[in-house]
Amino acid sequence: MEQEALVALIPRLRRYARALTGERFRADDLVQDTLERALSKWALWRPGTDLRAWTFTIMHNVFVNQVRRAALAPESLDPDAGLELEDRSASADTLAQLSGLNSALQRLPDEQREVLLLVTLEGFSYDEAAHTLGLPIGTVMSRLARARGRLALLLEGDGATGASQVQLKVVK
Amino acid sequence: MMFSESDIHRLVDDELPPAQASEVAAWVAADPARARQAEAYRRQRGLLHQRYDPLLGEPMPADMLETVRSGPARKRAAANQSMFRRVAGLLLLTGACAAGGWFGHARFDKSAPVDAMAALPQRAAVAFAVYSPEVRHPVEVSASDEAHLTRWLSARLATPVRAPILGPQGFQLVGGRLLPGEDRPVAQFMYQNTAGKRLTLYLSTLAPGAAGPRESAFRFERVRNVNNFYWAEGNRAYALSGDLSREELMPVARAVFEQMGKNTAEASPPAAK
Repeated sequence: MEQEALVALIPRLRRYARALTGERFRADDLVQDTLERALSKWALWRPGTDLRAWTFTIMHNVFVNQVRRAALAPESLDPDAGLELEDRSASADTLAQLSGLNSALQRLPDEQREVLLLVTLEGFSYDEAAHTLGLPIGTVMSRLARARGRLALLLEGDGATGASQVQLKVVK
Repeated sequence: MMFSESDIHRLVDDELPPAQASEVAAWVAADPARARQAEAYRRQRGLLHQRYDPLLGEPMPADMLETVRSGPARKRAAANQSMFRRVAGLLLLTGACAAGGWFGHARFDKSAPVDAMAALPQRAAVAFAVYSPEVRHPVEVSASDEAHLTRWLSARLATPVRAPILGPQGFQLVGGRLLPGEDRPVAQFMYQNTAGKRLTLYLSTLAPGAAGPRESAFRFERVRNVNNFYWAEGNRAYALSGDLSREELMPVARAVFEQMGKNTAEASPPAAK
């Protein structure tokens, strides 16, 4: 059954959505909306073409719409809503960076974060990423370069402060 | 051979043919700054996988599985069924509309017990008219924060409240807000379609002693230019309002009715409060 191929993609959609939104609830909403959209457009998918790219394109569109809508709406009233509490049981350098990673990632512009995650986390080729996002390959490469440069600064330059910010939120 | 910055990315991402890859690797290794750059990018990749790969092993939420497994098949069945229901609903509606205008007057008669249902379309239509044109503040809590929205409104209405999913009808949740009702808080959810048309679902609980039917058929009332479908079920009253034709609004009301009916059945046995 073709839909089982979609089921098999769910874990990857969730991983990507979590890294993209930085929040558990928003991520699962994004996946759920994506699946519903995919099913409503199921007739448009041509068997034999890349279901993964097709589904990630839908997720990209849903995400862009959600961001656009959120821009029209006021900020959340509950300052703790959706806050990701990181697990920091040890203080090794890697763990400090790991705990700051999610917040650093969310400080990248959306369009840079999308490219970075598709290429590094999802292992899309530049060509696949360009196709998925509907961009020229040159744009994919320049966004990727900017994302990596900025993330490196955020992680290295301010890895320590990033971690202590998270700690403050936990205390509160 | 001349290489550029972008070749460092290509190398890290395996985008180079093998022969060229080894040349670029040598070029990168020859310069400490370039080597550090390539190392930093690889490290980012490692961190991302370490941080987010554990999600691949998490059990899949049941609603996602159900959405996919029963998706298109269920939709077809539901479409056939609802065609039948829609015809039945419209027949019922024609009678209700004819009567609706007259019953509407009863709400101004203070000597009669207040029929919470009679006031519903008026209040819902005003709430729609006030908030739906808002560009910056259409809702208090946006759909991106739906979990919080659900918790908050459920707490304030003292009954489990969840925004129905109207995606199949072409409407996405914008968010929701709390409003003052006749004598208690009510919830308003706002939806929007891709054409930018909005509609609102106004949801109120009914006072235990309130007059009016506990269960009711769909009723329709037009208040100025706002069309409203409203009905009661269990201890709740609903009104769906929009600047849409009755024919456009009807299937949406039907979808709300079906989803909310399910919610009440599961979520509010008398003891649960």
